[in-house]
Formats: sequence, structure tokens, C-alpha cells
Amino acid sequence: MRGNFSTFSKFLSAAAFTASIGFAAPAMAQEETIKVGILHSLSGTMAISETTLKDTMLFLIDEQNKKGGLLGKKLEAVVVDPASDWPLFAEKARELIEKDKVAAVFGCWTSVSRKSVLPVFDELNSLLFYPVQYEGEESQRNVFYTGAAPNQQAIPAVDYLMSEDGGSVKRWVLAGTDYVYPQTTNKILQAYLESKGVAKEDIMVNYTPFGHSDWQTIVTDIKNFGSAGKKTAVVSTINGDANVPFYKELGNQGIKAEDIPVVAFSVGEEELAGLDTAPLVGHLTAWNYFQSVDTPENADFIAKWQEYTKNPKRVTNDPMEAHVIGFNMWVKAVEKAGSTAPDAVIDSIIGVSVPNLSGGSSTMMPNHHITKPVLIGEIQADGQMETVWQTSGLVVGDEWSDYLPDSKDLIADWRAPLSCGNFNVATGKCGGKGIN
Amino acid sequence: MTLSLRQLLLKFFLVLVFVAPASADEAALRAIIAKFAAAKNFQATEQVVRQLAATGDAAVERPLKALSDGNLYFRKADAVAFIGKEEGQTIVLADPLNGENAGEAAKTEMTKVKVNNTLRRIIRDALGGLTLNSDDPAARLAAAVTMFKTPDAATIEALDAAILNETVAGVKKQLEQARASAVLVSDLPASEKLAAIAVLKARGDRDALSLLTGFSANAEDGATKEAAFDAIAGINSTLAIWNAAQNVWYGVSLGSVLLLAAIGLAITFGVMGVINMAHGEMVMLGAYTTFVVQNVIRTSFPGLFDWSLAIALPLAFLVAGAVGLAIERGIIRFLYGRPLETLLATWGVSLILQQAVRTIFGPTNREVGNPSWMSGGFEIGQLAITWNRLWIVAFSLGIFAILLYVMKRTPWGLQMRAVTANRRMASSMGIRTPRVDALTFALGSGIAGIAGVALSQIDNVSPNLGQGYIIDSFMVVVFGGVGNLWGTLVGAFSLGILNKFLEPYAGAVLGKILVLVLIILFIQKRPRGLFALKGRAVEA
Repeated sequence: MRGNFSTFSKFLSAAAFTASIGFAAPAMAQEETIKVGILHSLSGTMAISETTLKDTMLFLIDEQNKKGGLLGKKLEAVVVDPASDWPLFAEKARELIEKDKVAAVFGCWTSVSRKSVLPVFDELNSLLFYPVQYEGEESQRNVFYTGAAPNQQAIPAVDYLMSEDGGSVKRWVLAGTDYVYPQTTNKILQAYLESKGVAKEDIMVNYTPFGHSDWQTIVTDIKNFGSAGKKTAVVSTINGDANVPFYKELGNQGIKAEDIPVVAFSVGEEELAGLDTAPLVGHLTAWNYFQSVDTPENADFIAKWQEYTKNPKRVTNDPMEAHVIGFNMWVKAVEKAGSTAPDAVIDSIIGVSVPNLSGGSSTMMPNHHITKPVLIGEIQADGQMETVWQTSGLVVGDEWSDYLPDSKDLIADWRAPLSCGNFNVATGKCGGKGIN
Repeated sequence: MTLSLRQLLLKFFLVLVFVAPASADEAALRAIIAKFAAAKNFQATEQVVRQLAATGDAAVERPLKALSDGNLYFRKADAVAFIGKEEGQTIVLADPLNGENAGEAAKTEMTKVKVNNTLRRIIRDALGGLTLNSDDPAARLAAAVTMFKTPDAATIEALDAAILNETVAGVKKQLEQARASAVLVSDLPASEKLAAIAVLKARGDRDALSLLTGFSANAEDGATKEAAFDAIAGINSTLAIWNAAQNVWYGVSLGSVLLLAAIGLAITFGVMGVINMAHGEMVMLGAYTTFVVQNVIRTSFPGLFDWSLAIALPLAFLVAGAVGLAIERGIIRFLYGRPLETLLATWGVSLILQQAVRTIFGPTNREVGNPSWMSGGFEIGQLAITWNRLWIVAFSLGIFAILLYVMKRTPWGLQMRAVTANRRMASSMGIRTPRVDALTFALGSGIAGIAGVALSQIDNVSPNLGQGYIIDSFMVVVFGGVGNLWGTLVGAFSLGILNKFLEPYAGAVLGKILVLVLIILFIQKRPRGLFALKGRAVEA
């Protein structure tokens, strides 16, 4: 039996070895290359969201190589699998930078994983491009945030619902999964709503554990909260997997979008692919990109992406667009600096502007966040979003929220001479404190 | 005098309703519908909707409904509007007024008229007014429900007329309630309002409460305000009782899910004593079997979709049972009596199964549809019950009964219990213990697979499906008493109800923690769970 078991484990390690060769295969290519690290979970709970981003990066690198590479060299992807295990993210990041000597890393999804790799990037002075919408309250010298800050997603969504078009909502349910992103976002939203004159008893905050699947009580609570004679909406920061049973329960309990709309910040085309969307029609999402956006850039991107993945039904989503923007910005900054050295890129990337897929250009700001349009979409029967509203111009990512007492005096500016991620304008000193 | 004048007016209105020509000029309607093509934003579309509604013609129901469902298109070339139904890359077209087939067009030739929630609401309200005098009682009822939710003082007269003519008691009641809600927002005298408050109080549900709360906040007149507060308090106290009943139901429903997840484990862990960490993955395999079955049905036999779950049940049992058998024969049988190694080995198996599924089906969630008989819900009084939960409760109890029968009434069950009670003795009596072990494990796994079919209806079908249930399953089995099926049943339902009673007060996160703490305390007091097995098995 013991023999059996060890043979089995040998088989396993052999399989793992083959897999790693598979990934490393391009490494055996000839001349000198520029290596790009991809740090996304390919197994574990987050694989559902992150695998697509790995594919996106491979696709972008492939496209760039077709155009002749970068600085006369070919780009080479180095893929590692941090397996949805937060400490492993830090280990794998270190491996990418120290052992593989990558020029830049594109990766992470959850805020926990980002926080876990921050010290590594700081210590080894490398670059991380982070493509997901997040809670803000952070700006690091070595990190570029290409996803939305709260003011580029949450606040415009609330503004829309408060407007006449959105139904003049007066009562708010802030429902989220119990971790740092929803907690911080809800704190900002609560402060924002109160600053707009919404009474405390008109805001209900509710947290659920990761992967929560029994939504009966909460949906009933929402229904009850919504029957106070005032127009009610739900702002959902519910994460990933828990959304499917949540929406199913909404549908079954007969809550229609016309009565109580739900606006979600973590539900994209990818998540909806696993769901019968008929009962969800009319519920809202807020992003900076939808697959349905009607621009030539987007049509071109979708066509090439579906051809690359050999799947004519493969969807695109917002974090993918963030990687597209981030990657193109990095390429442009490297070309501008004539080098992939992190210090040179950090200096040259500020002010770099590249076309985004929703029509227009995004620019890297001195706070390492980018400018983006904000779109509100309604879920359609085919699982796509239809834009019903969008900001008139681009919105600059605001790293330190103006609505939280701890961070309203802070700004980030990584240009010399300030070069500080948390400058306190009230005291005139670098090193103010955020809520984290 | 005033009264008779009102009656006169009413009669006049009645005559108006019945004499007014049923259809406005069709060409005029088409001209208005054609304006959708020129509407560049939601405000413009809204104008066109209002114009259509203002014609008062019942024929506009079809185009408005299509618009609300997102099925109204116009041709890019000549701006003619159609009702369209997407089929692949083409759209099947129909005439917007009479619904006659109008051929088909490529997707690229047509533009969809965009709608948002505000528009849908406006259309719903407009249709409510139009169908109030429909011949179909269901349509009248729907109109009354809509008008109840969107009170408008201008509709009182139309409602009065409709109430006079209504013959169906249920519809009449709903119409009277709709009238009451409209009276509250009108400037009719206080006596009318008091009557309306009484009607709403009799209705006594959340919607009535919502209307009354809105009214009481703005009421000026002392008597009506007091009556409204009185009604609110009355409704609130009945609702509190219904709330408790609702919590019990939610608890039963959560308990049935726990029972389903745990019942297979009650055999592999409870009866056999194998700490099977791959149990959750058996549930997952069952759910994926459902997905595969539905996929085949969708592509080849679309008519059978409502039967998909019934077809998936035996298949899921076989698939998960076969995998369970392989695990038992391949790994677990070498590890009997070594719980720590069993735990680690089955944990490894669970990871392998997860990654295998992830490789075959991809990491994203798979869509498992609900058959029509499992969608939606109904209400008993103020108690909302959804069909899928009801079926799952019934299903879990059914599985439990079958399992109990197998264990207690069949020779195979007898052998199983004999091996559990005393392996060596059973062996000397001529029972082939290895065979019984393998079949018992396969049975436990197969039951887990069946549970997966049911859970696919309420949860994500993803490679992580099983992980969410493994801890809960162990909790239920340990709490109920290892080795006792009845213990699992009682354990599952009491944990479910406890959880649901804690949730409204403590929140979902803290509620779960409290339940865990209570179980730990309980285990301290009764280490063998609720229903402890007595006899030799315990010492073995």
C-alpha cells in the first residue's frame, strides 16, 4: 500500500513537473527576452476570476510580439500559480522578481493578495500592475492601480440611483461580503450618503461570509426594509460565488428591478455566464467597461480575443480591459524610458496616455491611478450589460477618499520632489495615515 | 345632493368607458410607434411611451410589452418598428400591433430600442390602466395589483367603474384595495380616507404597511393620522407573528440543505467511521452530472427539460457511487483504523477531484437551470415560500426515509450494521466484510451525489461547491451523534432553525460563529452528540 501511495505521489510530481515545463516552454527560446510576470491564481477559489486574466496577459504579450516585441526584444511570459493562497502570493512574487528577473508583474485580484505582495515589491523594487476595482486608501511607489478606485465606481453608481433617471432612491441597503473591500467601500458610501442628507435609519448595512449560499433571511430583510414607502435600492459588494444564489433568491422571492434595483460592483460578464439571467433583467452593474460597449477599438479587441482563445462565445470584462490599459501603458513607458529598469519606468509612466476600449484615452496620474469613464449598465437577458448611463467625462481615480475623516487630507504624488504616497496637506508632512 | 352628483358623474364615466371606440386610428398608432426610431435617449423614448398610453387603445399593449421586455426593434434602413425575437445571428420579426409574422432580418440590420428601469415602471403603470377593463380576469387582476402599488388619485373614477362591473370576487377585492391606495394620495374627505385605511388594515401585508407609512408621514388631519398609526401598529403586530413563522420555515429549509449535505457523510463517517474529506466533492460530482444531463437535454431533447432533474438523479448516484467505490478500493481500504492518514489521503483526493473538474469543465460557474416547477414561489398569508426550497425539503426527507429503510429493513443494511458493530464477529459469521465496506462507502458517496443534484438548484455549480458544505456536514453528524441516522436528521434541522433565529439579530457572520461556539460547548457536555450509540460499537 505504501508502495502504491508513493507511486501515486511520484506520478503527481511528474505531472506537476510536466505542467511547469509546459509553462516554461517559451523560456527555451533563443536570444535574450524581456520577461513579464503573471501572478494570477489558476487553482483554488479565485481561479474562477483570475484564470481569464492570465489568458488575457498571454494574449497581450502574443500581440505585442507580433508587432515586433519591445525595445527590439521579444516579450516572454512567466506564469506562476499562487493558488488563491494569500501568503503564497508573496512567495511567488519574490520568485518572479528574484529568480526569473521579470521586468514587471501583472497580477493579484483580491485586496488581501495585493496587501500580501506589497512588501515584496517595495523591498525588491519591482513593478506591479493591479487590474481590479478596489477600496482605495492606498498608493504605493511600485504599484499601478489600473482598476477603479471607489470614486470611479461606487460613488457614480450611487449618484445615478439618486438621480431622476435612476429612480430617485431614498433608502439604501449596503450588502457585502465580510472583508476589506466591501467594508471600506461601504464606509465611504455611508459617509457619502450621509453628506447628501440621507438619514441614518434609511441605510441598512449587511455583511455575509464568503461563499454565503442561504440568502432567504437577508432577501426577506431587504424586502421588508424596502416596504417603508420610500424608493429603495441595494448596493451590492457581494463577492464572486455568493452572487449566484443571491440573485436566484431575489428572483424566486419576486423582487423585480423596477421595485428594488440591485447595483453590483463585483458582477461582470464572466460571473453572469453561470447564471440564468432572465429574472435579473434590469438589475444594475457599475464598471468602467462593458463587452457591449459599441466602439471600433472594442469590436477589434473582442474579435482578436475570441480568435486567440478559439472560442467565439468567450466574454470580455472590466478587469481584462484594465490589464489591456496597464500593459499598453507599461509598453509605452518602457519605450519612452528606453529601458525596463523599474526606477526609469516609474518616472516615465506618469502622464502616459493610451486608448481604452470604451472610446477615449486613459492617463496614468501622479497618484498611480488612472483616468476612466464610469458606465452604469443594466443586465440583459443574454447576460450582457446595456449601458444606461455614463459619466460625461473621464474620472480621475482618487486614492484617498474625501469622505473618510482619516484620509480626506491625504494625497499621493509620486513625482519628484514630493514623491510620497500619503502626503498630508493639513500638516504638510509625508506619512499620514489611512484607515488600513 | 353631492352624492347623487357623484353617482351621475360615475354613470357618465361608465358610459364613456363602454362607448368609447375600442381602437384609435391604426395608422395614427403606427405613426407614434415609428417615433421610437428617432428617440435618441430615455427621455425621448418616455415621451413616445406616454403618447402611446394616452391613446387609451388596448392595442398598444403588445408594442409596449415588447418594449418593456427589450424586444422592440426598428430597421436601420427605413426606421420601421418590429417586435423581434433573437435566434442566433438573425432576428425573427413580427408586426408590433397585430403580432403577425414579418419575416426575419440579420442582427446587424436592426437596432434595439433601449429601456431602463424607469421606462419599465412607466410602461407597467400605463398597461395597468389599459387592461383594467380587459375580458380576462387575470389581466384585470394584474392591472389592479399594479394600480395598488402605484397609487394615483386620477384613477379613482376608473376604479369605481371597474368595481361596479366586477363579477369575480378576488379581483373585486384587489380593485377595492387599489382604490383605497389611490384614495390615500387623493384630496378626498377624511371619511373616505378612514374607510381606505380600514381596507388597507384588513389587507395587513408589507405593501399595505408601506402605503400607510408613506401616508402617515404626510397626513395633516388628526383623525386619519391616528387611524393610520393605529393600522400600522396592528399590521406590525400580526407581521411579527408571521415573521417568526417565516424564520421557522427558513430554518427548516436550511436544515434540509444541511441534511442533504450530511446524509451521505452520516454513512461514510457516521456508520463506517471514515473521516472522508472528499465527501463535498461527491456532492460536486452530482451537481456536475446534472449540468451534463441538462446540456445534453438542451441540445438534443429540449422538450424533456422539466424532467432533467429526475434523469440526473440516478446518473448522479451512479457517478458519485462509482467514484466512491474507486476511492474505497484504491485508497481507503488500506487505511482502516488509521484516522489521521485517512483524513490526509481523502483531503488529497478532494483536491485532485476539484482540479480535475476545473480542468475538464473550466474554473467558471456552470449554468444549471431550474425546471419550471422549481421556479418562483407562493404565499400562505404573509409566509413566502419558494418552490425550489419546498421541493428540497420534501426531497431531503424522501432520501432520508429511503436510507432508513435500506439500513433497517434490508439484508444489506443488516450486514452493514453488523460489520459496524463488530467487524470480526461479522466476518466469522460469513459476511464478506471488504465487500460490505466497499458497497457502504459507495452508497454514502452515491447519496452525496444525489444531494448534489438538489444543491445545484440553489448554489453555484463550480469546482468549489463541495468545500462550502464539508464543515457543515461534519458539524451536523457530530452534533447529531455519530452512527445514528435519526441524530443526523434532528441535528440538521435544529442547527438550521437555530441559525435562522440567530441571523436576524446577530447577522450572518456572527450567527455562524455563535452556532459553532454552541456546538463546541454542547460537545463538551455530550461528547457523543445528541443521540449517542450505546454498546460495543462505541468502544471499538
